Amino acid sequence: MMQTLFQEKLHVLNVGLASFAESIVKAGGTALQIEWAPPAQGQQNVARALAQLVNRPSVEAANRTAFDLYQSSQPILRDIGIASEMLPNMGNRMILHGGPPIAWQNMCGPMKGAILGAILYEGWAKDTAGATALAAGGDIVFEPCHHHAAVGPMAGVISPSMPVWMVVDTAHNRPSFSNFNEGLGQVLRFGANGPDVIDRLRWIEQTLAPTLRAGIEILGGIDLKPLMAQALHMGDEVHNRNVAASSLLLKRLITALLKTQASSPDIAAAVDFVAGNDHFFLNLSMAACKAMLDAAQGVPGSSMVTAMARNGVEFGIRVSGMGERWFTAPAPIVDGLFFPGFTMADAAPDLGDSAITETAGVGGFAMAAAPAIVKFVGGAPQDAIDNTMAMAHITIGCNEAFTLPPMNFAGSPAGIDIRKVVDTGILPIINTGIAHREAGVGQIGAGITRAPLACFTQAVSALAARVCGTR
Amino acid sequence: MARATKVIRNFYHDSVSLMQLSSMFAQLPGVEQAAAIMASANNINLLKEAGLVAGTVEAGANDLLIALQGSAEALDAALAAAESTLKQSASTAGQGTSRTIAPRSLEMGLANMVEGNLAVISTPGEYAAAEAFKALRLGLHVMLFSDNVQLQDEIALKQFARDRDLIVMGPECGTAVINGVPLAFANVVTRGTIGVVAASGTGLQQVICLIDRWGQGISQAIGTGSHDLHRAVGGISMLQGLKALAADRSTSVIVLISKPPDSEVAEHVLEAAGKAGKPVVVNFLGADPARIRRPNVFPADTLEDAAKAAVALAEGRPPDPAQPAGFLHAVPFTCTPGQRYIRGLYSGGTFCYEASLLLKKNVGRIYSNTPVEPADRLHDGWTSREHTVIDLGDDRFTRGRPHPMIDHRLRNERILKEAADPQVAVIVLDIVLGYGSHPDPAGELAPVLHQATGLARKAGRQLAVIGFVCGTASDPQGLSTQEDTLRGAGMILAESNAQAVRMAAAVVAGQTGMSS
Repeated sequence: MMQTLFQEKLHVLNVGLASFAESIVKAGGTALQIEWAPPAQGQQNVARALAQLVNRPSVEAANRTAFDLYQSSQPILRDIGIASEMLPNMGNRMILHGGPPIAWQNMCGPMKGAILGAILYEGWAKDTAGATALAAGGDIVFEPCHHHAAVGPMAGVISPSMPVWMVVDTAHNRPSFSNFNEGLGQVLRFGANGPDVIDRLRWIEQTLAPTLRAGIEILGGIDLKPLMAQALHMGDEVHNRNVAASSLLLKRLITALLKTQASSPDIAAAVDFVAGNDHFFLNLSMAACKAMLDAAQGVPGSSMVTAMARNGVEFGIRVSGMGERWFTAPAPIVDGLFFPGFTMADAAPDLGDSAITETAGVGGFAMAAAPAIVKFVGGAPQDAIDNTMAMAHITIGCNEAFTLPPMNFAGSPAGIDIRKVVDTGILPIINTGIAHREAGVGQIGAGITRAPLACFTQAVSALAARVCGTR
Repeated sequence: MARATKVIRNFYHDSVSLMQLSSMFAQLPGVEQAAAIMASANNINLLKEAGLVAGTVEAGANDLLIALQGSAEALDAALAAAESTLKQSASTAGQGTSRTIAPRSLEMGLANMVEGNLAVISTPGEYAAAEAFKALRLGLHVMLFSDNVQLQDEIALKQFARDRDLIVMGPECGTAVINGVPLAFANVVTRGTIGVVAASGTGLQQVICLIDRWGQGISQAIGTGSHDLHRAVGGISMLQGLKALAADRSTSVIVLISKPPDSEVAEHVLEAAGKAGKPVVVNFLGADPARIRRPNVFPADTLEDAAKAAVALAEGRPPDPAQPAGFLHAVPFTCTPGQRYIRGLYSGGTFCYEASLLLKKNVGRIYSNTPVEPADRLHDGWTSREHTVIDLGDDRFTRGRPHPMIDHRLRNERILKEAADPQVAVIVLDIVLGYGSHPDPAGELAPVLHQATGLARKAGRQLAVIGFVCGTASDPQGLSTQEDTLRGAGMILAESNAQAVRMAAAVVAGQTGMSS
């Protein structure tokens, strides 16, 4: 009631003319100037939709529920299996890809190259010409990994006979999956599909996967959250830097591997492969993040983002309270640092499911833990801390499991809130690799990018219509 | 195109920092392409493919290799620069500085100022309703300065606020004083026991300044926005303000101010005023006092009367409606026969409206851009006709330029134009002080007044310029300094708009008497 205001000291939040705040202070009052700009770059309908959602009790309650589900998730690496047997609703002539849905003819170069490689790997065609005809012929179904409880970096291609990691969220008894990381250079996820690539995939299927599977069986599973938390204390942000996490994983596996029936040469080859790939853990980090966010998916009214993913053409997000729907915008070109001989002109637009890590509060959101990463944009360690602090303004809470030493062991900001993104104009930060726009060239750089605002403005409008009824 | 390489032995850098260095070296003068890598066989092959290295390089995986391609004469200097960059100490390498982000939304602001209890919103009108809704949802009272807010939004905002025990002051609320803090265009007044609720910004300023001038003070001054007493809005904010002041122990007298309200809404407000449990002075401009008067509710004809009544009640005296409504001292002035008309040039809309009302009673038909009677509308606001009062704060005059309380140019031009008119006897001006107004309005006006009276004198006329300063001794501009300057420039000063208008009427009446 207004008369209680009369008993308090007046504290003014000033939106608009800065001189009003100045004169309040001059007259002995207290005022804070808001650095206001028209929300959603001046889209009035979005501004109004947002105004209906800000601090709305039903949305706040839904977000608490969604965030608790996310936080209580316990992803455990449980098994390794074959995609066609493990993934829900995986068809026999289906190929999964990174990002939101996209038709063959619209796919970017690296994704097309990866799909051709997968067709060759499956033996559905003899050469790339045959594979191209098959892919264009409509005989093969293309669907996002995300539609099958899975995630894959870059092209994110998973075909029926590929081995997959199976992670189980034991708190909610829900599985999630990812493919295997092939290392750097000529690899399928960047669209390479030559004989070396296919041979490596076969080796992963026939040797690496069964060997590691036996080790995991002996261990009974590996609890992924503590491992990721430890890696965050060792300079990883478990998206673009996984050297610590990969080492920790290997440390857990080695003794178990030695206890299996696997042959010494196989164990040696497996250990050598994992040890030689600093990004080996990335796919597990992604599957763990997918598990945590799937736990939070589908809470009616919640404005929490449960997926951010890119297919090299479009950037898409999903929101807990909006079900399976994707909100998409053109994928940005990442402005980062490039390997010798490459420039931004060679880059494919942002690609892959790996932004699931940022969605789960690690990656760019935990950058304070990984100051080395900030060098991608020529920054200093303080910039890493600033980035993490900025993300705290657009998130629902902090993940207690993921503490950040440079932030005085505060939890990493997590649970992106579409309302806060649109209200502040602060866009989620993503650490990412950069693929060449042509198939098979591979990674040409890495950098830091931002999720496009348009995904969030559409989601805000849609959520307001659902929660409040259309106005 | 030339190439150059440099090997630095046993100088390990991780690949990320090397990528950063590579891009830095590529920016050096005369350099086309650059790479800094650990010189493993693989990496050297990469550089060969990129055309940066030709032939063999004697280096190993623990050695750092710098390879540059560019114009021959620039490469030596570039290599040297690159090497010195590599070897600079950590303390001189780029230092980051922590940037806490300034709050970009009300919610973010509230995280920084958890005690926040009022949002003052002055964004462009098309975004203002959305910001106000956010503020209310965050539990903040709202002062909505913005204009161009749709009526349906105003109604929705006020109903939403009322349901949550919050108030929306506005839209188009230009002024308020809450807990002694002047907000937006407001005067610095002494705190006291008189509470004001006003649907008119300058009306509010006039009343609180006169109360201050006459030795009493203000507990709270609440603006409601000028549409609050429309039928569709129903006086929601005025009723809330009235209720809050009625319950406020620091308030002994309440003043309500509005331009003519909807009659049903007015009755509703007056009924509530009668139950306030403390005296309520009501100035609904142009209303019939008989319809207002009831136990504990006192009608006031003018803003000045309202202030006077409130001061009397606060001092335990009865309000004195019997006091003669005349001017307090004679105006020493002689008109030439042709000088017949009054021209009021106002920056405050309510002053202009009040002038119309008072002059209509005393001198007859008054033309205006904001007339009391629709028939008296001035078709061309830029040109006066007979008795004319102009609200220069009207949209038509403020389009593309600041409000006349801030920017005096338009009014200054108009003063000279009126002074040149041989039929003009009196010019009436308001001078509004306080935060948000011009830092020295008297200083702006004085030379123009000299010029105007000089112009008339040259033409053989005497021109009366009557004005009043709406301000207080504590205002940043200072009441007495401003009055001294104006008096020095020949202005005849009144204390209030009502007094100024009555003086003007007397001048014209005297003139009429002479010529008839």
